[in-house]
Parts: sequence; structure tokens; C-alpha cells
Amino acid sequence: MSGYRLAAGGRIDRSRPLAFSFDGQGYQGFAGDSLASALVASGVTLFGRSFKYHRPRGLVGMGPEEPNALVTVDRGPARITPNLRAPQVALHDGLQAKSQNRWPSLKFDVAALNDVFGALFPAGFYNKTFMWPRSAWEKLYEPVIRQLAGLGDSPVARDPDHYDATYAHCEVLVVGGGIAGITATLEAAAHGGRVILIDEQDELGGGALADPVQWAALDALKEKLAAAGNVTVMTRTTAFGYYHQNFIGATQSLTDHLAPADASGPRERLWRIRAGEVVLAQGAIERPLVFNGNDVPGVMLASAGRMLALRYGVAVGHAVVVMAAHDSGWRDALALAGAGVHVAAIIDVRNVVGADLADAARDAGIAVHIGCAITAVHGRHAVTGVTFAANGTGPACKLACDAVLMAGGWTPSVHLWSHAKGSLTWSEAWGAYLPGTPIENCRAVGAGAGAWDMGHGVVTAVLPSHIDVRAQKAFVDFQNDVKARDIHLAVQEGMRSIEHIKRYTTNGMATDQGKTSNLNGLQIASAALGRPVEQIGLTTFRPPYTPQTFGALMGHHKDALFQPVRKSPIDEWATEHGAVFENVSNWRRARYFPRGGEDMDAAVLRECAAVRRSVGIFDASTLGKIEVVGPDAAEFLNRMYTNPWKGLQPGRCRYGLLLREDGFITDDGVSARMADDRFHLTTTTGGAARVLGMMEDYLQTEWSDLDVWLTSTTEQWAVIALQGPRARDVIAPLVSGIDLGAEAFPHMAVREGTIAGVPTRLFRVSFTGELGFEINVPASEGRKVWEEVWDAGQAHGITAYGTETMHVLRAEKGFIIVGQDTDGTMTPYDMGLDWAVGKKKPDFVGKRSLARPDMGLPGRKQFIGLLTEDPQDLLEEGAQVVADPDAPMPMPMIGHVTSSYRSAALGRTIALAVIADGRARIGQTIFVPMPGKVIRATVTAPMFYDAEGSRLNA
Amino acid sequence: MILIHCPYCEEDRPEVEFTYGGEAHIARPLDPGALDDRQWETYLYIRRNPRGAHAERWRHAHGCARFFNAVRDTVTDRFEVTYKTGEPRPAGDTK
Amino acid sequence: MKRFSGLNLFAEAFNGHKGWPEHWPDKAPKAAYDVIIIGAGGHGLGAAYYLAAKYGITNVCVIEKGWLGGGNAGRNTTIIRSNYLYDESAHLYDHAVKLWDGLSQELNYNVMYSKRGVLMLAHNVHDIQSFKRHIHANRLNGVDNEWLSTEACKAYCPPLDISPNARHPVLGGALQRRGGTARHDSVAWGYARGAVARGVDIIQNCAVTGIRRGPDGAVIGVETEKGFIGAKKIGVSAAGSTSLVMRMAGLDFPLESYPLQALVSEPVKPIFPCVVMSNTVHAYISQSDKGELVIGAGTDAYVSYSQRGALHIIEHTLAAICEIFPIFTRMRMLRTWGGIVDVTPDRSPILAKTPVPGLYVNCGWGTGGFKATPGAADLLAHTIAHDAPHAINAPFNLDRFRNGRLIDEAAAAAVAH
Repeated sequence: MSGYRLAAGGRIDRSRPLAFSFDGQGYQGFAGDSLASALVASGVTLFGRSFKYHRPRGLVGMGPEEPNALVTVDRGPARITPNLRAPQVALHDGLQAKSQNRWPSLKFDVAALNDVFGALFPAGFYNKTFMWPRSAWEKLYEPVIRQLAGLGDSPVARDPDHYDATYAHCEVLVVGGGIAGITATLEAAAHGGRVILIDEQDELGGGALADPVQWAALDALKEKLAAAGNVTVMTRTTAFGYYHQNFIGATQSLTDHLAPADASGPRERLWRIRAGEVVLAQGAIERPLVFNGNDVPGVMLASAGRMLALRYGVAVGHAVVVMAAHDSGWRDALALAGAGVHVAAIIDVRNVVGADLADAARDAGIAVHIGCAITAVHGRHAVTGVTFAANGTGPACKLACDAVLMAGGWTPSVHLWSHAKGSLTWSEAWGAYLPGTPIENCRAVGAGAGAWDMGHGVVTAVLPSHIDVRAQKAFVDFQNDVKARDIHLAVQEGMRSIEHIKRYTTNGMATDQGKTSNLNGLQIASAALGRPVEQIGLTTFRPPYTPQTFGALMGHHKDALFQPVRKSPIDEWATEHGAVFENVSNWRRARYFPRGGEDMDAAVLRECAAVRRSVGIFDASTLGKIEVVGPDAAEFLNRMYTNPWKGLQPGRCRYGLLLREDGFITDDGVSARMADDRFHLTTTTGGAARVLGMMEDYLQTEWSDLDVWLTSTTEQWAVIALQGPRARDVIAPLVSGIDLGAEAFPHMAVREGTIAGVPTRLFRVSFTGELGFEINVPASEGRKVWEEVWDAGQAHGITAYGTETMHVLRAEKGFIIVGQDTDGTMTPYDMGLDWAVGKKKPDFVGKRSLARPDMGLPGRKQFIGLLTEDPQDLLEEGAQVVADPDAPMPMPMIGHVTSSYRSAALGRTIALAVIADGRARIGQTIFVPMPGKVIRATVTAPMFYDAEGSRLNA
Repeated sequence: MILIHCPYCEEDRPEVEFTYGGEAHIARPLDPGALDDRQWETYLYIRRNPRGAHAERWRHAHGCARFFNAVRDTVTDRFEVTYKTGEPRPAGDTK
Repeated sequence: MKRFSGLNLFAEAFNGHKGWPEHWPDKAPKAAYDVIIIGAGGHGLGAAYYLAAKYGITNVCVIEKGWLGGGNAGRNTTIIRSNYLYDESAHLYDHAVKLWDGLSQELNYNVMYSKRGVLMLAHNVHDIQSFKRHIHANRLNGVDNEWLSTEACKAYCPPLDISPNARHPVLGGALQRRGGTARHDSVAWGYARGAVARGVDIIQNCAVTGIRRGPDGAVIGVETEKGFIGAKKIGVSAAGSTSLVMRMAGLDFPLESYPLQALVSEPVKPIFPCVVMSNTVHAYISQSDKGELVIGAGTDAYVSYSQRGALHIIEHTLAAICEIFPIFTRMRMLRTWGGIVDVTPDRSPILAKTPVPGLYVNCGWGTGGFKATPGAADLLAHTIAHDAPHAINAPFNLDRFRNGRLIDEAAAAAVAH
């Protein structure tokens, strides 16, 4: 260990040494260290490389404002996290960190050539060049720029960690656990009610952690917090966003501060906190000073030097120079001196400084240079000295030192305040914006509210210097390499809004989001524009306050919990019988049941043939179902659906077609009248919720006079479709209380009875064109009944089939699937469903829109069938249809193929399509141009099998 | 996450329990067939879309499932009042 | 206008870059113009540019209530593509893509159009059918769009998780290779600089408070915070605020304005080579030149002008991204923001004459306006210059809401765009 660790002091535990590595080099620190403090203690000054010029960079701040010291932490396979701020990485035994954005090494980075040619790359340079030759942007310039940009490397493997997310509610939420925050917490707690105090650091105390004088008081306050029964304290928790109505997002780091072997449970937790009142005690962040050489490693904020010395027992250098524009720098210098750090000099740009400070400095043996400014910093990877001059322009004085502390004044953290749209007020004294009037029930306290006496200062744009600002390496945004001269250039080029200046220079757009650069940028812009800061505006503060892990925001919503999979009561049976599944809206449905080595085509041909030959069984449980009950039920359905419902007799079913009010088909389904005042509706699988919502909308808001109740029963019923000429034979032994005879129980009828001893609503309906039943039984009995039917069907050659076979069979009959054959732009007439529209009904949803001028014009697409000339040519679903395949591009298209299958029954392919004036083209040849060939097909009616319906009515 | 006061449940509940239903007080014409195309277009599509107080429909989908109306400021997203379906829009906020 | 080039940049490097002039000088408005464009976004600035550069109308003023490029032009996720289904849409967006190609050279301003490819993922059979329909229609319209197998998707976008056990497995994708991204600010700035160089005035921080019409009903100018400014023609290109501006002319519009949020991660080295969109899991993602992952999703649920979205939308968006790209869960979200998008009933834009003589409108682009920027700008300029729409934008009229001839891409594809 080198000699930067002070002999005593700090809050570290010197009895617990911790070994860690940085860029492969082994180091030692102590429990209580951060990665940054342990590295500084080990004599490390070079932490990283800047974004654009790849300049060597050191530590600037000791908190969330840190722009330079970004590291990648490696916690084992697939646990790589880039871009972490070294001062906020808690040290643990075995910590492995590495620097970023350099190649081949941190000390020798080839890309630092950018810095040599930095004059070529001022703000906005990329707008001005890389335009010739045209193709070179994508082939050459952009790839090179991308490779040089970026910071650390993204993880490349699936993250083994998991994340938690939860809610909290409280009367008062206090954000920030410094003295002001703790005090506010105790005050709130005294009024009773739940109080939550959160702080981003690993212990409470905020700025007081760097002030041993306050430690005793801090301990006393912490004891009071612990004693209060109604206070919850959460450390390592960052409030990152303030949303509507006192809703605060915060993330809690749970394991990253522990050695990987000691970590268990979720890595982070998202807290969504609803608070009656919010107290913001976020403190203030020190501002750097802008001067030539202010980015040499070893130049940092005075507050960081103080934090290192007094919280971590680390000297930032052996000879420290303080460059101050504010009293706080003097106090920090005195504190450092008191802790045993050699402070060589205080340079202050002000001409007058309080006598108390000057006297104290002289008493501490610190040289004092009033009215002076640093004009150069010497050293490349570490500070070796500074040149300063009176007013920056006087005779140059050189001073050897190995650290420079900047004290440019303080910027209250108004981030969350601004998220909540609270107003801001410019304060000349602070040289910063302070919280004004809140919108939410919220107040700011402590330094963040400007209620903190840390002395006086002057606000400077750039320190005075004899060197033209254009020739200075005076940085405003360290990470993004924005110099003072870039802001001048932006203004020179006509950028007058601070938003333009920000975007043109990228000032404030780095991963620290301008915590150290925004106010200095404003001051420089103000000077360049010759307008007061308040007239230049302020860029908007946007969540998050500090970068937040995607995983924490994802929470539990991953894999199966991303969206719960809806499964039918028959799902497990299907799994056991080898089903291949497909996702249909949020359901998973058995698509086909392959046997042996069958592919989908073979399985589906077999399943189709079996249904037409004997009998097939199909799980239709996912169909949406709505129970419509009440004296006005028939009237209600009559208004909703296109067709008439009032005349439907109990015990009978009807196909219902539902339009949106704009006249386009949105859903369909077969529904049954169970009694005068009761209907059992079915909807498409994907449309259930939408249809129920739409019906509730009309019922509640337009026709509240109707006495009707709607209940979703989708998940109450298992639906077993049994289809095929042997269907009746299969269920006959199982059914009681229902006469299954063809006359007693005709097609499109419903009966109630029992099947396998289970109460059923038995529908005689068919989506296949065969004799068929849909057996509705309570979902809890679904699998039992399914298995009994399956067993009973064995003697009849029963075959389980899936959605693909269902699609083929219905296509052979020309039955549409809403959403596949229709697309939200099709009317009943387009689909040949005129028969389903009640011509005599004065009104139904969508009727008026069907009378709009364009809805009756020729040229609308109409639903038809297609038979390819080569019966084995299978059209592709989605393929476009043309009348003239030799037409030049863009080729006029008349429609497209909506459904296309191999039909076992026909021994050939069939297709359904919508084409312009399709019904008038029946018998004509159309063309489907595919890459490399044109397929000819004949337009037919959309009906390929048993047009007279004799099988259906058997 | 806005809190919304459901006038039926008489509770403030988080936004995710609700679905938005568009502008309120656009009654479906009793006899749509009597409207000309321009009037029907207005009913279907024309919306005030104001910057400021907006009367709008919400449904407490994951609660009581009732539709209700609200006046909300579209600039601050703050709800001024919620009220039951069928009740007139409260006076005094017609900006 | 001082020419931008590598050579001039090199020369200026020795001059402290003192020779670069203002992009757009601050101007006081003249008493009257031939054309006033309301809204200095990419579309409005571009329209002014094309009026001057292509149609010879240089007495033009663009009026902006805030700072130019500060609306959706500067808040979008910069995706460019034209693989739309209907002929009308494909022609409209492809008109824009053709102009994107070469825009940097035309404007002498590098807008960084990068044909990185836009890959739309299919997660179920319905997606496949829909994407195939798009691909075939695009092919016959001369718009590139091709089907990729699951493995080809992975090869094109290595971070993609193609596990068949995923909640929404990737079954393939539709790739438009000419699709990609551009630098949003540069587009607005490039058009602004080009327009100004051709005589156009840009007046920022000047809200329009009224539209004045003459006795014949035709427009005669606008009332603004800086006084009345006369105009023979007015083009409105005000995105989320269109309803408010049109009401000044006495017109009610079929528009609603919704918040749209987006976010970026911290920058990382190149990891993501293209743009990926998934409508089923509901998110899209690309990586900027700077290295940030740029991520977006759908709008918030309700009409709002607050530019302030809800946290649960962000949560859902990131869950969706991590669902398709589980390697990104340790990445960190750097910044979120919101814009206001104006949405029409059929999710297609309105780019047309209005019932008020001399008043033209370009609005309703919803979440998809950036990609159309050069095309919309050119067509708005054409429509204003000729007092008649171009054949490409003629279908995107106001009459369609009355006669029912909607262009409903979303309904047709179940695809947000």
C-alpha cells in the first residue's frame, strides 16, 4: 500500500483489509472503502478515458456526479456490469474491476490520437463532414465512429441474477439521509403515520460523513430513528423518478456490495412508493471550475478531496492545491490540513476573502494566493504542478503539487423537484436554481432547498486567463469532452437556446446527466450570448436521477411471468399426447398432434382425413364466452350484432357478426339462447376481452335503460369439440337427459343435460362442416369429460386434432376466421356475409357506417376461393394477387391470399382470398407473382366441400 | 401512475386498474340513419382534444367494471372531478 | 452559407473555427410572407426548404412557439422504414426513404442516415401471415422487405434470444435493409440551415395565437406573440398541437394527442447492429452512434399534453426488451423522455388542403413521423405550391373520414407504426 492512506481517521475498518483488483493489478483496501477511495489510497490517479478524445482521466467527485471514473465490475460469468462509478462501488473482498474505453491499455490508448487531432473535432463536427463519398458513411465513417464511441462493453450472456419489485405506501417519504433529511424524518415521525427515509449511500449521513465534528450528533439522530416505531430506513436506495401524485420510483441495491459468494436473493429491488407528502433532502453537488487543464487526473472537486480524507482516511495527494471561487474550498482545505493532508496552497479567484478564512489558512501553514487563477495544469496521467497568475493574466507562477481541488460553489439537487414539475427560481447567491413553488404535496429542505450556510462565493464562467478560451483545454462536461470553446462555437453557429447548445455540444448528456456540467455550461452560454442566465432557460430534468438497471425495472416480469400463459383445462392432456403448441393471443393452443416422425403437413392431413372419415376431438376451450342475462338480453344482442336475435327460440343457436361502429368486422361467434332471458355467447379466442369491453360500453353508457347483465365465462367452461360422422355415436353412451336424434337435436341447437355424469350445455354446431358437437362442461371437469369422450371414441377411431386442422377443415367450408380472412377493413358485404345482416333492422352497431359513400363503391375487396392450376401448388398466406402479371412495377395488386392449405378431402391445395370485385371474377384466372415464378389460379366461390351441407345436417 | 377516484367504488385507485375510454359526452345518435355523412363523421371521429380541461370516459376495468366520466387537465394530467355515467359535466370548467 | 466539408473543417481547425457562420440568424418577422409554416420541426422546416429549393417560393417564414426541432423532431427514436402494407402508405413512406438517401449531400449537412436494417420480429402464426402479406405487397410495389428465418434473424442481430422456449419465441422476421436510423437533431438543423440559406425566415419563441381569415374565408395571416404576420398561404405542421392550431381557423379535427415515451441506456461499445421491432411484445430498440440503446414502445393510454409519462409504461417497455434480449438486464437506463403525438382514427397521416382556402395541414403522424420527414416535407411544399396535393399524398385527405376510405395500417396488420 502506498503512502496515501492517512495514519488515522475515517469511517473505514482498518482491522478488515480487503483484496481487490483493478485492470488485473492486485490492491488492498479496507472494509468501508469505496473502489475509488481504495484506489486513490493505493496511489492510482488514472481511472479512465474520456468519451471523445480518449483523454486520460481521474476521479472528479465522490458521488453520483462522477463523470470520469467509470469501471466495469466483473462478478463472475455473465455478471458483468459496465459504466459503474468507482466512488459508488462499495469495496468487497475479491472485487474485480477494470477500466473502459481504452485499447490496448488504460495507460496507452491508441484512440488518444483523437486528442492530438482534437482541433478537427469541435462540437458538431460530425454534421460537417463524412459526407463524401456518399457510401463511405455507412461503410467506413460510421463503423469507426461507433467503435470509438460507447463506454464499457455490454454484457453478452443471459444474466443469472434476478430482480424484485414491490410497492410501499407512507404518509411521508423523505429522500436523502443527510442531517436535514434525518431531521425532517424525525419531525414527520413525531406526527405519527408511516415515514420512509431513503438514501442512496450505504450509510446515512450524507455530507456529514465527511465531517467528523458532526459524527456524534449523527449517531444520536440515528438512534432516534431506530427508536421511532413508525420509520422505515432504506439505504443503498436511490429515488430516481418523481411521477404523478407523489408516486416515486426507487431502486434498492441488495447484493452488489457483497462478495459474490455472500450474495443471495435478488440483486436489486424496485420500490414504487406512494407518499402523502414528499420531503426532498437531496443536498447539493459541488461545481467544478472551468480552466485550462482542469481534466488532468488529480484535479477533482474539493468535496471529493474532503470526503476521501475524512470519511475514508485517504490523502488525495502529498501536496494539494485548492483552486477556489467559494468559501467552502477554504473550509475543505482547512479540514484536510487538520486531517494531516499537506495543503500547499489555496488559490482563490476572488479579490476579497473573509479574514477569518485567510487567518485560519495562514495559521495552518497554507500559502494563500488571492485574486489568482490557474492557467495551466502540468502532468498527463497525474498532476505534477500548476501555473497560476494574478487574475490569470499576471506573471506566471509555478507550483509543484500532485492534486488540485476545485471549489466552484454548489448546485442544489433539484432533479426530483423538477420531475414533479415544481417551479425553479434563479438564485444569484448560489449561482444556481432553487426550488420554487411545488405542484405536488412536496417540499425541499436542507442544501437542496438552498437552506444551508456554506459561505459565499462568486460565480465564474471560465477562470480568467491570458490564453484565449479557444486555445484552452478547459472542460465543462468531462465525460463527453465538451470544452468551454465548444459552447462558444455553438453560440457562434447560431445556437441560442440552451437546448440547442446542449444538443449541439452534448454538454450534460453524459451518464452523469450534467450534474457537474449543466450550470457551468449555462454560465458560459450566458457570457457568450451576453444575456443573463435566467433568460437562457434550463434544460429539462428527466428521470432517472442516476442510471437504473433494466432488470430492476423489469422486476418479475420475465420469461413465463412476462405475460402469463393462459392454458386450457385440456392443456396437460395435450402435452402428454405430444401436441405441438402455438401462441394465440395470450393462450397456448395445441396446433397438431404429430405421430412418429410426422411433420406438420403430414399430421394435419392425417387429422383432417380422420375427422371427415370418422371423428375428431378438439379443444375449443379458449373461445371467448359471455353470459348475457336479463329481460332485455335479446334486445341488447339485436342492437349489438348485425343479424336479428329477438326471434331466436330458446334451445337454438345463431351465428353472430359484430361490427365496430365504423362498419368493419371485429368479431364473430355462434351463440345460443338458453332461455328467454339468457344467452350463451361465444367470441373469437383473441377477441373475448375486447368484445366484452365493447358490449359493456354500449350497455352502460348508451343503453343503460336495458335490463341486461354481462358476465365473462370464458374460463368457467371447458369446450370439447367433437366433429365427424361418428360424433353422435361416440357421445351417445355418455349423454343423458338429451335426445341426440337428428330431428330432436338439429344442427344449430343447444341442449342441457349431463355427459359422463357432468352437467353440460351441449351445442350441436360445426366449424368443420361435419356432424358435430361442442360439449361445454365446467372447466374443473374438462379433463375428466375429455378423457371419457376420448376413451369412448377409441372404438370409432377418434383422433385428436389441433388448431391447424381446424383451420383447414373450416377453410374447406369457406368459414371465415376474423383476423385472418378479415383485417379490420372488411365489411359484411365484402366477406359475403350479407345473409348475416338484418336488412329490416333500423339500427345496429356499425350500420350507419356501412352507408358511407365509399362503402358501396365498386372495387372493394371480396372474399372468394382460389384453386391453383397445379393442384399441388400451395399459395403462401399473404401472397398478393394481380390481374396482369406482366404489368410494370409498381404492379397493381387486386388482393391477397388470406388462408391456404393442403386439403386431404380434395386431394389438392385450396386457398381463400380477398380480391377486388372478387365475386364478379369467379371462373376467371388470376395470378400470384412469387419470386421466380407466377402461379395461376382460378377464382371460385369460397366453398370447396359439401356445398349443400348434407354432412353437417346428418 | 395517476390515482383515479372511482365514483362508484368511492376510492382512489391506481391508473392500471382502469382503461381509458376517450372523450365523454358524445352520445350515440338515437337514429343514426337520420344523420348525413358529415354529421356521422363528426360523431365517429371529431374530437375536441383540448389543452386543458377534458371531459373523458374511464372504466374501472379491474375493479367495479363501471364506466364513469372525469374532467382532467391534459396539461398537468390532474383530475379535477370524476362523476357517474349519466350525470352532467360539472359546471365551471368549460375552458 | 459556408460549405461544410472535411477540407473546410481542416482549414477551420487552424483558425480556431472562427469562420463558421450562424446556422439560422435571429430575425424579426416581416410584415407578410407568401407562405407561413407553423411549426419548426423537421416536417415544417423541410417544407420551407423544399418550397424554396424546389418550388422557387422563397418568401417563406417558419414560426415556432419554442426552439426549432424541439418537438417530436428532437424526441423520437429515429427509426426509418417504408415497409408499409397499403399501396398508399408504401408510396408515401418510400417517397421519404428515397429522399433520405442522399439527403446529407443535398443539404450539405450530415444527417447520418444509416441503412442498418429494420427487423420486425414474428412471434406467432398471425404475425407470420401479416408480415408475409407486407413482404409480398412491398415486393410488387418495389419496396424492399424480405423474410428471414429464425436463424437468419439471429445472424442479422446476434443479441437476439431465439430460444424456442421463450414466452414469445422468434418464428422469423421481416427485414427492410434500407430501413435504419438518422440523427434527429441534424435533420431539423440541416433543413433549417438549408432553408435560411435560400431566404427563408425562422422565427423561434413565437407562439401563434390566431389565424386571421378574410371576408372570403381565405387565410390572410397569423396572430402571434410578436404581432400579426400576413400570409397568402399557411401550412400547419404542428404535430401534437395541431388540434389547437386548427381550432384557431375554426376547424375541428379528427385528432387526439397522446404521450409517447422513449428512453436510452448508458452508452456501450457496439453490440446492436440494426433496428429491431416487435409488436407482439411491444417494444423496439436500436443503438445510436454514441452507443446508447434507444428504446421505445407505444403511447400512454390517455390524451395528454403533459410530456410526462407514467413509470409503469417504462417498466413494461424494459420488460419487453429484456424478454427478447435477456443479455441486457444489467444495462442501465440513462434517460427517459416524453413527446406528444397526434393520432388519427386510422393511424395514417393527414397531408392535405383543408376546407379553409389557403390553409394546408400535415398532421396525424402518430408514432411514425420521423421516418417520413423528407417525404412529408416535400409533399407539403408541393401541396402548398400547387394548391393541390401530389398524387402520393392525395389519398391522405380529410374526406376519407367522411366517405369511409380509410387507410388503416394498424387494423390491417395489428401493427403499431
